[in-house]
Amino acid sequence: MSDVILEMRNITKTFPGVKALDNVSFSVQQGEIHALVGENGAGKSTLMKVLSGVYPHGSYDGDIFFVGKECIFRDITDSEKEGLVIIHQELALIPFLSITENLFLGNEQARNGIIDWNESISKTKELLNKVGLHESPNTLITDLGVGKQQLVEIAKALAKEVKLLILDEPTASLSESDSEKLLQLLLQFKEHGISSILISHKLNEVSKVADSITILRDGATVETIDCHKDVITEDRIIRGMVGRDITHRFPPRESNIGEVIFEVRNWNVDHPLHKGRKVSSNINLTVRAGEVVGLAGLIGAGRTELAMSIFGRAYGTNITGKVFKRGKEIDVSTIDRAITNGIAYATEDRKAYGLVLIEEIKNNITLTNLDKIADMRLVVNEPKEISVTSTYRDSLNIKCSSILQLALNLSGGNQQKVVLSKWLFADPDILILDEPTRGIDVGAKYEIYTIINRLAAEGRGIILISSELPEILGVCDRIYTMSEGRIVGEVPAREASQETIMKFIMSQKEVMAQ
Amino acid sequence: MKTLVTLFRSNVREYGMLIALIVIMLFFQYQTEGILLKPINITNLVLQNSYIIVMAMGMLLIIVAGWIDLSVGSVAAFIGAIAAVLMVKLDVHWALTMLICLFIGGLVGVWQGYWVAYIKIPAFIVTLAGMLIFRGLTLLILQGEAVGPFPMEFQRLSTGFIPDFFHNEGFHITTVLIGVVLSVVLAVLDWRGRKNQQKYGFEVTPFYFFVLKNVFIIAAVMWLCYLMASYKGLPNVLVILFILIAGYAFVTSQTVIGRRIYAMGGNEKASRLSGVNTPRLLFGTFVNMGVLAALAGMIVTARLNTATPKTGVGFELDVIAACFIGGASASGGVGKVIGAVVGAFLIGVMNNGMSILGIGIDWQQAIKGFVLLLAVFFDVYNKNKSV
Repeated sequence: MSDVILEMRNITKTFPGVKALDNVSFSVQQGEIHALVGENGAGKSTLMKVLSGVYPHGSYDGDIFFVGKECIFRDITDSEKEGLVIIHQELALIPFLSITENLFLGNEQARNGIIDWNESISKTKELLNKVGLHESPNTLITDLGVGKQQLVEIAKALAKEVKLLILDEPTASLSESDSEKLLQLLLQFKEHGISSILISHKLNEVSKVADSITILRDGATVETIDCHKDVITEDRIIRGMVGRDITHRFPPRESNIGEVIFEVRNWNVDHPLHKGRKVSSNINLTVRAGEVVGLAGLIGAGRTELAMSIFGRAYGTNITGKVFKRGKEIDVSTIDRAITNGIAYATEDRKAYGLVLIEEIKNNITLTNLDKIADMRLVVNEPKEISVTSTYRDSLNIKCSSILQLALNLSGGNQQKVVLSKWLFADPDILILDEPTRGIDVGAKYEIYTIINRLAAEGRGIILISSELPEILGVCDRIYTMSEGRIVGEVPAREASQETIMKFIMSQKEVMAQ
Repeated sequence: MKTLVTLFRSNVREYGMLIALIVIMLFFQYQTEGILLKPINITNLVLQNSYIIVMAMGMLLIIVAGWIDLSVGSVAAFIGAIAAVLMVKLDVHWALTMLICLFIGGLVGVWQGYWVAYIKIPAFIVTLAGMLIFRGLTLLILQGEAVGPFPMEFQRLSTGFIPDFFHNEGFHITTVLIGVVLSVVLAVLDWRGRKNQQKYGFEVTPFYFFVLKNVFIIAAVMWLCYLMASYKGLPNVLVILFILIAGYAFVTSQTVIGRRIYAMGGNEKASRLSGVNTPRLLFGTFVNMGVLAALAGMIVTARLNTATPKTGVGFELDVIAACFIGGASASGGVGKVIGAVVGAFLIGVMNNGMSILGIGIDWQQAIKGFVLLLAVFFDVYNKNKSV
């Protein structure tokens, strides 16, 4: 092949407690489409953030060479100046500005600070033609569909005279025809000598357009496949993505499973803003006493949305379906009632939705059930509160100077334990844990798994949402797989492997696509 | 054992404003050649600022919940106008009038709380609208003129003094007795709190500091009572204020509802997902504000003995400033009732002191602005330093 346009050598990036990238090397040839695949959390996004200067030079180890020059990017503007443009999964367009205004945001076609609108609009037309988007330059972004917005993003990249285009999950939220159009566009850019890096979970797309594929796993490169030499199968890619040793990462688990205690029947939820767009369709699931049930799936599969809609309709509109506890239908129409009826939901985003960071640990723990420690359900009995919350600190091993410490000053793992304590204080029968180990280090993860085992042993039903397949396999008794708001598979954990679950998800994606 | 200096440093936020208040009082005491702390002036100071303090307590809850209320000045005027028309033009009994006014204040809160909590219109906009609406309604009710005077009983709400059961000429013994009882109660409560903390193994302030603090508080209470006693005794308003301050301090720090308001202000989403009915709680804080604004409106109207269309213009600014000077955070979740009261007194002392010194309204405004900025800067600076 021709020259190397990008070379990243021995990149290592550590966050407190976690090595996100470990000695990763990665190179892209001039004029190729290079796919980057890996599980959630494998380090794809981190690698791209290092490349584009989101993590500035000096905050990582290793060297980056782009078009033969060493890159010392302080921020994202530096990398864009060199012609390296990243398009994120969440689009970075301003909804109430027009296409033209968005295209030249930060790059205004101006003379002495006064914008030349004629120049801007004629350039916009030219760029829109290149990406095949036939809209008036004055159209507001909010009036465009997601697919067209994606095209505007690409046009914006072209406006910056891009040499290497990085697309992070560009087709995740696109329809099949829009995805097809986008892939064609990438092939067209290739003709004109623009290279791209494509991050995608959709392996069929990857194998269709990519010239080479690099697989990342646990922050390290597994292999780079040249699509023109090697025979690529999805099996091979999947094996590369998930194949790893999972012994001793999970505490041993002896399950003692009882009767069905929780059941959701014919559950349907619409998107809160787009009425009629289903985020959960026809969900049926059961949980037994003492059972840990996993919900596997990719980000965006609708697992969090399902959990929150069950938890007092905290998400979605037009919710239909029934929820049963021990055979009796229960009222989960408000969060308060869901909690009273023994359901708890520990959020995936503990900082935004889980904790009141500026308050003390003890106040956070008791918030779900203040009545329990209040005299006449009115006046908080602080001595009682302190002794109760201290027992949680001890039994969950929350590392803090005192339970009067602010939640703000705890590490991620300990914050997560506070979130767990808070839900244990509500004494639920069904505990839904949404990504309980996200962003916390290995040791704390093990402790969380131990707590999950203990809760199940007490006869509670646990639903575990996790995007890390090894975790789902290591902790759960039974696994549901979700994709596009549906349950697409159910297997006992003993019979499941990462490959089978990944295949479930992938095959479903293709079925849906056709 | 901690030294006094480190102790002060760790509690600088708590005591900072109190010390600022004392410094400012001493400054004006010196500059006014002793007029500031004369019994009659102290009594006046309390009367002049009572309605600000009353509203500051309601405002504090709203600010802690994460919002703001710009309408309180207009609402106070509106209620004053209703009270005046009821008593002067319709001859309604003063006690019934007061009940009706408190009820209407609650309705005003229902109106604003509904838009903010359930329709989710930002409180800034709803209460800005309220500021205009209730000012307009005040003009309408009064038909553009001043209405008064009021029955003696109504005026006593703000110009009356508690009776002296000893009928002592020149010195109000009941006032001093109340001061003694209050001092004992405060000291006992503090002692019990300390005992309780020790029981649970928490670090408590050293004993000498505890004694020092209580001696200081008792001295301040007794001295204030002595000053009041040598004039006409405790004003009725001060009794109302004390009951309100004690009540709100208790509700905010000790009750389930208080806890939930702070949690809601700290993180609304997390609180909602913890089962707190946040819309209803927010609605409640606005209803509470409405009732307190009504009370303040009656106090100020009774004091002036006339309801005018211009009553209460700019009150909201003093009330909001009092909360922020007292350490409340504009982003919600942080603030104390006592802080807001100290903040209100600080503004009151400055108003009063500068007026005695004959400083024009122009400079008064500017100086108050600087003090507000300085106080909040002090807060932010401390916070950044501790991180």
